[in-house]
Amino acid sequence: MTNSANTNTGIIAQDLKAYFGSIEVLKGINMSMQKNKVTALIGPSGCGKTTFLRTLNRMHELARNASIKGKVIVDGADIYSSSIDPVLVRKKIGMVFQKPNPFPTMSIYDNVVAGLKLTGRHSRKHLDEVVEKTLVQAALWDEVKDSLRKSGASLSGGQQQRLCIARTLAVDPEVILMDEPASALDPISTAKIEELIFQLKDSYTIVIVTHNMQQAARVSDFTAFFYLGELIEFNGTRSMFTRPQKKQTEDYITGRFG
Amino acid sequence: MANDTGELKRTILDGRGFSYWRRKTSNVFFSLLFSSSILIVLLPLLLIIGYLFYKGAASVNLDFFLHRPAPVGEHGGGMGNAIIGSLYVVGIASLIGIPVGLLGGMFVGEFPHSKFSTVVRFVADVLNGTPSIVMGVFAYTVVVLPMKSFSALAGGFALGVMMIPTILRTTDEILQTVPTSIREASLALGVPYWRTVLSVVLRSAKSGIITGILLAGARVLGETAPLLFTSFNNAFYSYSVTQPISTLPVQIFNYAISPYRDWHRQAWAGALVLVLAILVVNLAVRTFSRQKFEQTL
Repeated sequence: MTNSANTNTGIIAQDLKAYFGSIEVLKGINMSMQKNKVTALIGPSGCGKTTFLRTLNRMHELARNASIKGKVIVDGADIYSSSIDPVLVRKKIGMVFQKPNPFPTMSIYDNVVAGLKLTGRHSRKHLDEVVEKTLVQAALWDEVKDSLRKSGASLSGGQQQRLCIARTLAVDPEVILMDEPASALDPISTAKIEELIFQLKDSYTIVIVTHNMQQAARVSDFTAFFYLGELIEFNGTRSMFTRPQKKQTEDYITGRFG
Repeated sequence: MANDTGELKRTILDGRGFSYWRRKTSNVFFSLLFSSSILIVLLPLLLIIGYLFYKGAASVNLDFFLHRPAPVGEHGGGMGNAIIGSLYVVGIASLIGIPVGLLGGMFVGEFPHSKFSTVVRFVADVLNGTPSIVMGVFAYTVVVLPMKSFSALAGGFALGVMMIPTILRTTDEILQTVPTSIREASLALGVPYWRTVLSVVLRSAKSGIITGILLAGARVLGETAPLLFTSFNNAFYSYSVTQPISTLPVQIFNYAISPYRDWHRQAWAGALVLVLAILVVNLAVRTFSRQKFEQTL
């Protein structure tokens, strides 16, 4: 994958279709997500937004009977071309899941560096640096710096989610995909995660799925509205929420359905 | 809800009609039925252990663990060679059963829906239900006949084959209980699939897998039939893989069917030691499973 410096486009989906068995859950999505911006995906449950997110780092195909047609272009290369190793795609495009999922058998420290330790050899000093740097980035360092040897599962839900973000940052991705990262958290933890997203977008391209319209309005630069497997509207977040172009979008964001 | 306590009390007492007393009676009846069932389950175990202590405890002494069998008519002697032999044969069995069972179980557990896995699972279940004497005949044909001798290796082979299905199925079931979210977390970090299975999935399933291995070991430790014509018996200490070897179950069998009172006493002592050894392994299994429980909390 080569770095094309001339464009701001981080990820381009071209006529992307996704299937579970014979059921088409994405019906040909065309969409470009900009570099170092936050793109929010909104829409009612079952509209395909999570599936779309999972096609962007080749996690979709891991599900049973799942398949894909179309292209996803990152830095000028199609991640679905046969010459591309999905493992390297996932290293470059990190993911934070809806439910915090730290490795239950590992300490906080080992959770953060799991991606590094499991894919190569690193000096102790380097790992120490990564742990401190990413936990500071994830706004968790002050809370756990004295208990790095404790189990990751001993943290609260909000702390676990920030631990998972630190773990994603540790492998140094370019893109971070977030699947409703705050839906299982209380308002204070949610505010922390949103603050975090705001800071991370300086260095990362972020795509976030959310059910929470206010959250989309607060954290994102662009918003995409999905409905029944199709991209209905895609625009700057401000214009999307003030002047939606499509009737369906307006109905959804004003709470008339979904 | 009644507002006034008097009314509430009346409502409750009025409810004590026929159906109330029928419910009370059947509750007592079924409680008794269930507790007596538990007693019936526990009684044989308690009786066996109690009787073994009564008959065998007197003959369990240091000599029993250190000495080999004494000739007929001589007092003393022990089952030292049989105890070591049993561990030796189960050790050989583990070398065969653990790797095959573990690797097979990992495949079946990681690809639970493939056709091949369905077939392997079915074959393992059939193998699990195969009478142990058949395993002995199989090992006799495959190992004893070509080698032209009874041997520790043949006994270990027979027991090892018996361990495979138990280990394979427990590994299979434990791996399937590891949540998908843990696998996905690792894969999303760019960790290759094989590494995810070895370092993340297997690690989460560790205590369950160890439990399966210990149970398989404890089960074959008490097997007699497959050893009768594979490892046979030996009156001496033997550490050779190609020589017949004495094992606790076979030694107990030989002593028990003999006409000598001294040997009978030794058989009781051997049975006591064997049962206690298996009990200890099962207690170890309980400790492991409890650790697992605490971890998930």
